[in-house]
Amino acid sequence: MSERQAEQRPGGSYPAHFRVWRGDADGGELRDYEVEVHEGEVVLDIIHRLQATQAPDLAVRWNCKAGKCGSCSAEINGRPRLMCMTRMSVFTRAETVTVTPMRTFPVLRDLVTDVSFNYTKAREIPAFVPPADLGPGEYRMRQEDVNRSQEFRKCIECFLCQNTCHVVRDHEENKDAFAGPRFLMRIAELDMHPLDAAPALGLDRRRTAQDGHGLGYCNITKCCTEVCPEHIKITDNALIPLKERAADRKYDPLVWLGNKIRRRTE
Amino acid sequence: MATGIEPAPQSGPTGVRDASRAAIPARHLRTDRWWLAPAGTAAGLLAFVVYSTWRAFANADYYHAPYVSPFYSPCLAANCHPMRGGPNWEVFGSWWGLSPALLILIFPLGFRLTCYYYRKAYYRGFWASPPACAVAEPHRRYTGETRFPLILQNVHRYFFYFAVLVAGVLTYDTVLTFRDDHYRWGHMGLGSLVFLANIVLIWAYTLSCHSCRHIVGGRLRHFSKHPVRYRLWGWVSTLNARHMQLAWASLISVAVADFYVFLLAGGAFEDPRFF
Repeated sequence: MSERQAEQRPGGSYPAHFRVWRGDADGGELRDYEVEVHEGEVVLDIIHRLQATQAPDLAVRWNCKAGKCGSCSAEINGRPRLMCMTRMSVFTRAETVTVTPMRTFPVLRDLVTDVSFNYTKAREIPAFVPPADLGPGEYRMRQEDVNRSQEFRKCIECFLCQNTCHVVRDHEENKDAFAGPRFLMRIAELDMHPLDAAPALGLDRRRTAQDGHGLGYCNITKCCTEVCPEHIKITDNALIPLKERAADRKYDPLVWLGNKIRRRTE
Repeated sequence: MATGIEPAPQSGPTGVRDASRAAIPARHLRTDRWWLAPAGTAAGLLAFVVYSTWRAFANADYYHAPYVSPFYSPCLAANCHPMRGGPNWEVFGSWWGLSPALLILIFPLGFRLTCYYYRKAYYRGFWASPPACAVAEPHRRYTGETRFPLILQNVHRYFFYFAVLVAGVLTYDTVLTFRDDHYRWGHMGLGSLVFLANIVLIWAYTLSCHSCRHIVGGRLRHFSKHPVRYRLWGWVSTLNARHMQLAWASLISVAVADFYVFLLAGGAFEDPRFF
């Protein structure tokens, strides 16, 4: 039994070794802390205890502590996760827990990053186009027609998928061209929406996904799906179907021919 | 550039070591054995590539009545072993002098090479792009599937159509295994079971394909207007959730079926007959 494991205290608490990144845009370092851990706690509890007892100036973004607001995204032992949904019981008591900010976005301070890249990308996606012949309250959709989109609506915008995607994580220069999995999923959601009237306005979401939002950069290595705290099958249910839809438009002469003939017949 | 936005070349450290990001020198801070999955995948795929290359070029020991190796079926050249009632279709005539397996293997190879699961597997396992989630890749530039040659991955659906035809022929071969070595019907050997397991896995893998899922119903906007296609899409989606497992299982089963024929043809043992 290790020395730390032997240090169990009354009530099941124990001291854990944490390494937390401290710094800002000018530089920083991983600092070591010894923090008390109680049974049933999550990493965010420990960060709060650290703030309360040893590092009152530690910056951390959080809100609901229930895995629904998507604020406390960070990297724990190198893996992108929500701090509030990572139980301390997944680590051994002797293990050092390393907490850093997300490494894809510019750092502001300590565990807080500037995620405005995502808001810029969100604004670039054309919104839902209401059908011209229906007013508010008149939309009627069958459940089977909206099931696919509803899975994507579970997104809490924690941006862990954007953070882990190697297209922008490892290549800063791709940020202009690539919308990232969260926003390609948004395009898929709208393209699958039974009432979206974008085609009537001449907006081809399938073509723009490839030409304007960088769908071709995605090499479907599924990291976005692996890290999603809402367990959305981003790759299988959004990105690959969107790639297939883009292939319909751009790379499949048979579909192109079929559409031409159908349009002429109509 | 397909997106119309040419990424500006970056000088100095980029990626996770970019000046704007948290100053952490390590490429990654993962403490688990993240390298195990890509290393295992690469080793598995490499083993299959070595085995199938040897067997495809061997041009021998691929037929032992009533079994024909799936690597050599359908046989499209005249230099094939005559297989009674078997898949001898001399489309390429007698000018083809190399192994006939090379003619047909292009199609299953193309299907698997452009498959969405295998793409993930070899991008991670062989190209380290990325090696694992949140582990920095070693490449300075990345354009993904926006340019030649990787833009050709978009032809996956055409390889799917060919894969369906090949699976149809392999189904026919499996039916032929219910003969004995004198071509009399109503018999079964251990090889019939091997072929049966193989063809079930081949069909399950082929039908679980993402392109198949798109073609049968995924491309629709209104499932409610196409109830039959919606039902089919649901079935394919169920299979699709197991696409990775089916990809590996069918890869192994096709190699096992070929190896079984190789052993029989080489006289290593006699096919145990059930009836």
